[in-house]
Amino acid sequence: MRVVISATGKDINDLMDVRFGRCRYFQIHDTEAGEFRVLENEGQKSGGGAGIAAAQQIIDEGVDVVITGSLGPNAFDLINKAGIKAYKCNEMRIKEVIDKFKNGELEEINMAGPAHHGM
Amino acid sequence: MNIAVLSGKGGTGKTTVSTNLSIALNANYVDCDVEEPNGFLFLKPNIEDVKEVEEEYPVINKEKCVGCGMCVKACNFNALAKVKDNILVFDKLCHSCGACQYVCKFGAVEYAKRVIGKIECGTSYGLSVKQGILNIGEPMAVPVIKKLLNSIDRNELNVIDCPPGTSCNVVNTLKYSDFAVLVTEPSNFGLHDLKLAIELVKSFNIPFGVVINKDNGEDNIIKKYCRDNSIKILGTIPFNKKTAELYSRGEILYFDNQHKNIFDELVNNIREVLSWN
Ligand code: SF4
Ligand code: SF4
Repeated sequence: MRVVISATGKDINDLMDVRFGRCRYFQIHDTEAGEFRVLENEGQKSGGGAGIAAAQQIIDEGVDVVITGSLGPNAFDLINKAGIKAYKCNEMRIKEVIDKFKNGELEEINMAGPAHHGM
Repeated sequence: MNIAVLSGKGGTGKTTVSTNLSIALNANYVDCDVEEPNGFLFLKPNIEDVKEVEEEYPVINKEKCVGCGMCVKACNFNALAKVKDNILVFDKLCHSCGACQYVCKFGAVEYAKRVIGKIECGTSYGLSVKQGILNIGEPMAVPVIKKLLNSIDRNELNVIDCPPGTSCNVVNTLKYSDFAVLVTEPSNFGLHDLKLAIELVKSFNIPFGVVINKDNGEDNIIKKYCRDNSIKILGTIPFNKKTAELYSRGEILYFDNQHKNIFDELVNNIREVLSWN
């Protein structure tokens, strides 16, 4: 399964970023192969619509799951329509996030969080 | 002649200065603070005309669209997204630039219009007054501001109540201005914001001056800054119980004898700077 996590850094010991549209990096982890790669978030560079740009980027990567703090309404809508499952997690190290996900300890995001201006 | 009244941030007396200045100058009043217009609370005009402001946004013709995604790539504003060969439009982010239609080789991008705000016109104390209103939740004020400013006659005398701050909304308003009145307060924040506003106004190369609100008559950092930089102080508005009382009742200060001369003096100083006489 391909899992994308919003991240503050490029390493599995770096912290997860609870922001989706404005996080620095996305780490895409292949849970079966135990491999991962890192993308810079296109969203953080954009003036408005950061959540949309970020969602488009991970949809294009063909992931199955996204783990982040919360999703704005537009990003939530896109991710939902793309059939990607979203899970909520607090700020902690990426490798702990993955463990929690594997153990089924994360809560699914079923609705959008508050909109950020210009999302 | 368009006189823009601006301030570094909201709540520094910008509306007080612009409404009273309109009356003292016998000029039209134009409220460009479209996200929070409040001049009409004081001017209390009869609204005689309302015009809607519309913006175009793309509508994807599903029959023609092949899901190539070129339109999504062309959009610089993240207003389009592609999910499973479907194109989704986020109309509130659209800047109506036309790029998506231009790049679509299949003629699948059409445009529709939606209402984002309105312009209200009326009369108050014999003056023609206008305000733009951006609908709640709409992120883009500039189209409303532009339509409002294009509707006024620059050969007449107009006082323009600008949006607060130094954002692109203010920049778009200053493009139409011939003179700027910068309203500030004697505090460190006031001075900080004033400096930003001065920088902005200077980039437009138009004459300007400063009005100090909540002034207690003593020397202060704003006066010192203006002296040191040869900036004209056009007027000062006192900070006392009477002023606050009239303000909170939504009354026009100019009609109060104790306050009338403040704005007459302001008018004289503006005339002097512009050398109209
Ligand atoms: S460019 Fe035209 S055909 Fe291609 S996805 Fe967009 S609307 Fe559809
Ligand atoms: S008109 Fe411009 S801003 Fe609007 S969706 Fe098309 S490309 Fe994006």
